[in-house]
Amino acid sequence: MLAAIGADSIDDLFEEIPADLINTNLDQVPPGLDEMELRRLVHQRARADGQYINFIGAGAYEHHIPAAVWQVATRGEFYSAYTPYQAEASQGTLQLLYEYQTMMASLTGMDVSNASLYDGASALAEAVLMAVRAQRKASRIVMPDTVHPAYRAVTQTIVGDQGIELISIEHDTDRGVIDSDAMASLDAEDVAALVIPQPNFFGNLEDIDALTNIAHEKGWLVIAVVNPISLAMLKPPGEWGDAGADIVIGEGQPLGIPLSSGGPYFGFMCCRQKLVRQMPGRLIGRTLDMDGKPGFTLTLQAREQHIRRSKATSNICTNQGLMVTAATIYMSLMGNSGLQTVANASHANTRILVDKLTAIDGVERVNDSTFFHECVIRINVPLDDAVRALEAQGIVAGLPLGKYYPAMQDCLLVCATELRTEQEMDDYALHLESIVSKRRLDPPSAQKM
Amino acid sequence: MSNTPENLRYTRSHEWVLDNNDGTATIGISDHAQELLGDMVYIETPELDRVVEAGEECAVVESVKAASDVYAPLSGTIIGANEKLADAPELVNEDPYGEGWMFKIQFSDAGQIAALLNASAYADVENED
Repeated sequence: MLAAIGADSIDDLFEEIPADLINTNLDQVPPGLDEMELRRLVHQRARADGQYINFIGAGAYEHHIPAAVWQVATRGEFYSAYTPYQAEASQGTLQLLYEYQTMMASLTGMDVSNASLYDGASALAEAVLMAVRAQRKASRIVMPDTVHPAYRAVTQTIVGDQGIELISIEHDTDRGVIDSDAMASLDAEDVAALVIPQPNFFGNLEDIDALTNIAHEKGWLVIAVVNPISLAMLKPPGEWGDAGADIVIGEGQPLGIPLSSGGPYFGFMCCRQKLVRQMPGRLIGRTLDMDGKPGFTLTLQAREQHIRRSKATSNICTNQGLMVTAATIYMSLMGNSGLQTVANASHANTRILVDKLTAIDGVERVNDSTFFHECVIRINVPLDDAVRALEAQGIVAGLPLGKYYPAMQDCLLVCATELRTEQEMDDYALHLESIVSKRRLDPPSAQKM
Repeated sequence: MSNTPENLRYTRSHEWVLDNNDGTATIGISDHAQELLGDMVYIETPELDRVVEAGEECAVVESVKAASDVYAPLSGTIIGANEKLADAPELVNEDPYGEGWMFKIQFSDAGQIAALLNASAYADVENED
């Protein structure tokens, strides 16, 4: 190939790249593997994941996925990661995306949905950019710290160098939610939008109606960050406050996508009709062809990079086609009542889990706010030791929060979806109790190695 | 052949300017521009009271072929926008110099109008396309 393009060597090919930009420190990248070696490696890695009973949520949730979901999603007709380049020749794919958009718009109570984005975190960054475009002169975003820490970090990375400032707001530690009175009295200029997570990162329910109205009174847009499963139980963002949220985003993984060590997942985004021209991503529309027959088509493409170039609403024009296919099949199979069952069971299980855990002397809730299917508990033994000890029993206990919230070193975020059984929760409580009581009877100073 | 009325001034970026002789000017895109762009599907007009510099992007026209920016030909303040275009973007195709006007500017420097192209100079620009 080098000979065909007239380069003597790889170095010759890359000569144009300034020397100081070339990363020569690639020793960590291993040499190539053949198929057999690769298979062996991947099997090893898969075994390392182990067989744990999982009580972590924190943005990615282990739900039951009906076998039919991936059986159908991996059919040859669907099995692609992309929207087709010759889109209108693939009416089946476009119809699926159209149905997906209809489902998401109905779940969130919004007017329109795009055909998906990469993941929840980058969807929040896209929503921030969209809000700033829509508000024109305002370039600051109120970002409470009850928003997922990874979402905040990704958003900062993407928008930080684009002249957009994120105003960080600390939560009310007594209640684990945004303080709406403090929000009402927040004196900030040039704000384009307020981000409201529901449920928030701690699993708690924010005072969405008051916050939405406060934001709108100040002339800010409202960006809702929601868990799609929770919407089967909670008020859809389109109905928050007097006027509803303006942009709704979230992580689509709970809708039929396996945890898979962190991805691929997909982000979703819905908005009000009046904002649709500021929306990033692909949009599928339904129309009539020359013969008057219904058909599906990419629409509002003038927002996109192949037409608007550098002025496009986003350089993310693709979607996570295969993940969206699975999610659409999942939602079709579950229907309204199925999603409600999952939401109710996850909520009920987490309540049972929290009751069992907080019955232990030395384990307590950090506040008594209403939660969806996650809750923060405080454990009065060194948290890392407890988490490791539970891991040795095959239990992934939850996410320690100290790394993200320095004041919460002894706090653990736990989750029990519909998959967790009474027996599994009893096992968790039993092992935790023995760890905590052992610590009580045998304090660290008296411990011998 | 495109229609290029004599009473208007033009820009190289295909806007037309009508001096209303009261310190304001009405702006749209030329017949030639609408022909090149094809059927309009959406027009985004500037918000009122916005202060613009000559040459600044202040509207967007979206046709079946392309999306293009419309530039402010004069510096000043936006004092009007054609609200009809929101529901009837085709007015720009049907009547680019009348019903298809886009926005009005209260201009800050009348000298800028004199510096714009007259009809025959703009016809030369059209011929270059």
